[in-house]
Amino acid sequence: MEENVLEGLECVYVKPDTLTDKYQHYCPGCGHGVVHKVLMEVIEELGIQDKTIGVAPVGCSVFAYNYMNVDMQEAAHGRASAVATGVKRVLPDKYVYSYQGDGDLAAIGTGETIHTVNRGENILMIFINNGIYGMTGGQMAPTSLPGQVTSTTPYGRDPKKIGYPLKITDLLANLPGAYYVTRQAVHTPNAVRKLKKAIKNSFEYQLLDRGTCFIEVVSNCPSGWKMTPVDTIKYLEEEMLPQYPLGDLKVPQNN
Amino acid sequence: MTKEIRLMKGNEALAEASIRAGLQAYFGYPITPQSEVLEYFAEQAPKRGFTVLQAESEVASINMVFGAAGAGARVMTSSSSPGISLMQEGLSYIAAGELPCLIVNVNRGGPGLGTIQPGQGDYFQSTKGGGHGDYHLIVLAPSSVQEMADFVFEGFKLAEKYRNPVMILTDGALGQMMEKVELPPEGSLPYVRPEWATTGKAATRERNIVTTLFIEPEVMEQVNIKLQKKYTEICEKEVRYETINCEDAEIVLCAYGLSARISQKAMDLAREGGIKAGIFRPITLYPYPYEILNKLAETADHFLDVEMNAGQMIEDVRLGVNGKKPVHFTGRMGGMIPDPEVIYQEIVKIVGKK
Repeated sequence: MEENVLEGLECVYVKPDTLTDKYQHYCPGCGHGVVHKVLMEVIEELGIQDKTIGVAPVGCSVFAYNYMNVDMQEAAHGRASAVATGVKRVLPDKYVYSYQGDGDLAAIGTGETIHTVNRGENILMIFINNGIYGMTGGQMAPTSLPGQVTSTTPYGRDPKKIGYPLKITDLLANLPGAYYVTRQAVHTPNAVRKLKKAIKNSFEYQLLDRGTCFIEVVSNCPSGWKMTPVDTIKYLEEEMLPQYPLGDLKVPQNN
Repeated sequence: MTKEIRLMKGNEALAEASIRAGLQAYFGYPITPQSEVLEYFAEQAPKRGFTVLQAESEVASINMVFGAAGAGARVMTSSSSPGISLMQEGLSYIAAGELPCLIVNVNRGGPGLGTIQPGQGDYFQSTKGGGHGDYHLIVLAPSSVQEMADFVFEGFKLAEKYRNPVMILTDGALGQMMEKVELPPEGSLPYVRPEWATTGKAATRERNIVTTLFIEPEVMEQVNIKLQKKYTEICEKEVRYETINCEDAEIVLCAYGLSARISQKAMDLAREGGIKAGIFRPITLYPYPYEILNKLAETADHFLDVEMNAGQMIEDVRLGVNGKKPVHFTGRMGGMIPDPEVIYQEIVKIVGKK
């Protein structure tokens, strides 16, 4: 630490070594950076950096491997959980996680998502749900809300014509292969703490080999939603959370 | 386990050889006429200690192969034509990520859902790309059950030497027919987990990243230059073919895989009828043996390309012959198998005597 610079001040925060020094490309106010941080904090705290392999998606977090200081693979769009399956099956003693957005996990990768959880792959799947395609410029996502205006639903999402928000996490919680399914958020410090706990538990559950851990993170997208970061928090609380209520959907059974 | 001689189906010989070659993981999806491969592995896996997983689709299979190969495992998948089409996206990624693995295509007649009978209509797809971008698979074409087994070893060796996906392009007949096969002993192909594999970042090294994303075009071009350099080296060092009776041949039959087997019979008929026919059989379809064809064009008068498709490899035969001598074609499509007698009649017509 640069104690000479901070002389006389108390050090209250240190970036984990599991996060690289690379400047993150995420928009100001975006939840990705927070999720990256707590995920990497957990890996550092558990001391499993040398035993962890992550899989990045296609979407805004496509460059996650630039920021996460662990061995990583960058998967094709939608296929992160299949790639993670391949990794875990040949390295069963390692910790494996996938990190995907809503378009990746719940549109193009729906088949892989359901079957990975249905097989109970012993991995952690992290699902960032911000209801929009951020990277390609704000198109409708499978999780976009009814009436939500996006660049491909300029008159608002009409469920009658283009379907309802896909509550894939609810669906996955019904599968016997799922061990722990929870929906968290990062819009308040308390929510961040809860998310971190969920991530920590999920890595610890991998030692038990009981099934898939799945964490949805309801997040925001200031650029895609065309709002200030502060307004996105309000929108998230008032519009997103009623559709995607926070909490555990499936809690581990002790047996 | 020692060397062993068995009577086996092509698909089973290929699967057994894969286990003996130290296969660590297989991911696949059932499709006729290659389902025996997955079935054989499913039966053997618990006894012989490797991973087998029936995926929900060929799309998932090939991405599981990506993950396992990226983790440094000796890994393969197999399918037949429609399933291989579904894998093309993944193959492009695997080629871009320079991940060694083996892909087996037990070719059936197409296009579309086609037929479950043998075909060679996937030649273009296998040798010219198939997926997006500038890349090549190394493509091996067995023409016997023995080669179905041998090329597994060859395939893994080449894949790991060049960090490149290797395809064994075979067909429904070779997959289903039974022949005597000599199997090499188990564990005869050494394996070392590559240093670039994602196995967990040790404190002693930087993190390993398997990616196919190079967003800056200057960097992406360099990646392409590196790939092309590798393909050039492969073309220089790894061309494989067989010639039979070409020394005095006035007509050379050009065929791979099952077509080459059938062409041998046609060659025999021609020789019996007083026509000096020979066979040129490419074993690597990529890299293609252009040079030997060009040399044969010095002595032979005609080339007759024989395929189980509308004429795909003929383009490479023409490139090899390079206008020196006429190149003719005969073949069947949609799962139909050429008749040696018909090929012979074609030879007679071309050479103009009996």
